Amino acid sequence: MREVMSDIDRWRAAGRRVAVARVVAVDGSGPRDPGATMVVNDAGEVGGSVSGGCVEGAVVEQALAVLAGEQPRGLVSFGYSDDDAFSVGLTCGGTIHLFVEPLDW
Amino acid sequence: MVADTPIYDALARALRGERPIALATIVEGVGLGAKLLVEPGRPTVGTLGNVDLDRVVTRDARAELGAGLSSTRHYGEHGEARERAVSVFIESFAVSPRMIIFGAVDFTAALARVAKVLGYHVTVCDARSTFATTARFPMADLVVNDWPDRHLATVDPLGGRDAVCVLTHDAKFDVPAIVAALATDVGYLGAMGSRRTHATRVERLRDAGVTDADLARVMAPIGLDLGARTPEETAVAICAEIIALRTNVEGVRSLRDGVGPIHAAPSSPEPDSAVVTRGRLA
Repeated sequence: MREVMSDIDRWRAAGRRVAVARVVAVDGSGPRDPGATMVVNDAGEVGGSVSGGCVEGAVVEQALAVLAGEQPRGLVSFGYSDDDAFSVGLTCGGTIHLFVEPLDW
Repeated sequence: MVADTPIYDALARALRGERPIALATIVEGVGLGAKLLVEPGRPTVGTLGNVDLDRVVTRDARAELGAGLSSTRHYGEHGEARERAVSVFIESFAVSPRMIIFGAVDFTAALARVAKVLGYHVTVCDARSTFATTARFPMADLVVNDWPDRHLATVDPLGGRDAVCVLTHDAKFDVPAIVAALATDVGYLGAMGSRRTHATRVERLRDAGVTDADLARVMAPIGLDLGARTPEETAVAICAEIIALRTNVEGVRSLRDGVGPIHAAPSSPEPDSAVVTRGRLA
């Protein structure tokens, strides 16, 4: 959270709405520990990260859907992906669970 | 219209003030998204929707914060153990570990930069006001003109996550700095200098009453044996040693545990030939 606070402040000062995605649990080998945080604003700008770049694209989509009211706040999980370059997942074999919510608290 | 965010605002204030705090969020079950902010010595902010759940999670959040851990725990709706009605993510924000660098030398700026990347609150301390200036060390959180032992007497007690790096190369500064650091519970204490420099320093430390057990806490020559040559490479070797001591991995060697010169000639060409030339001329 610390590393994305300046993004949050700047975006909110500009009137942007912000979604926060945090790693809340990791099963097996995962790239980042619980607490890793990514923020996305309603213009699609991004700060922070939640993996080694493996799932960030999908998290941005989820965050934008939550901001647009198309998806409820809640958990999303990403597990192992095989060699299919088009599937979203972690290559290291673990599963990460993220909580994605609007910054309305 | 930007939403009111009382919990985030309180969290941000604590983090900017370097105060430890924990944020509990219901991530599954009744009350999804509800939050409780737990700060030692202050009233909690927010609620998870049930007073008993708040009480149990406050207790667990204090414990997690003390250990510097973040994890998701499961409870009954009223905080019962061994039930799974709600999942609560407790995120701990422990204060940044501190690195205090004694000696405002060339290596200091590089070490301060690398330490900042790793999340340290960095203090540069040197009694010589000509050298210890914020203009020379803009990356440091604090630049102090004082004697090491006097400065350490003014700071909050150092703990296992903190580091003291003595880069002065000068007996009249480094002996009091090391003696003062040994009186704390600092997790990492390293001192710069060649093996010969350190051998004479050890004699002076013994004269100052330092025991063998305390001498064993001093990492000198400072850093992992990476063959580092530049200030930046040396900074990486120092920080790598701090990480290696914390994680207790096998297969890495500190300079302290080796023999021979600590600046061995590079065995293979470096990618930047200009750096090699500068190193050989130095």
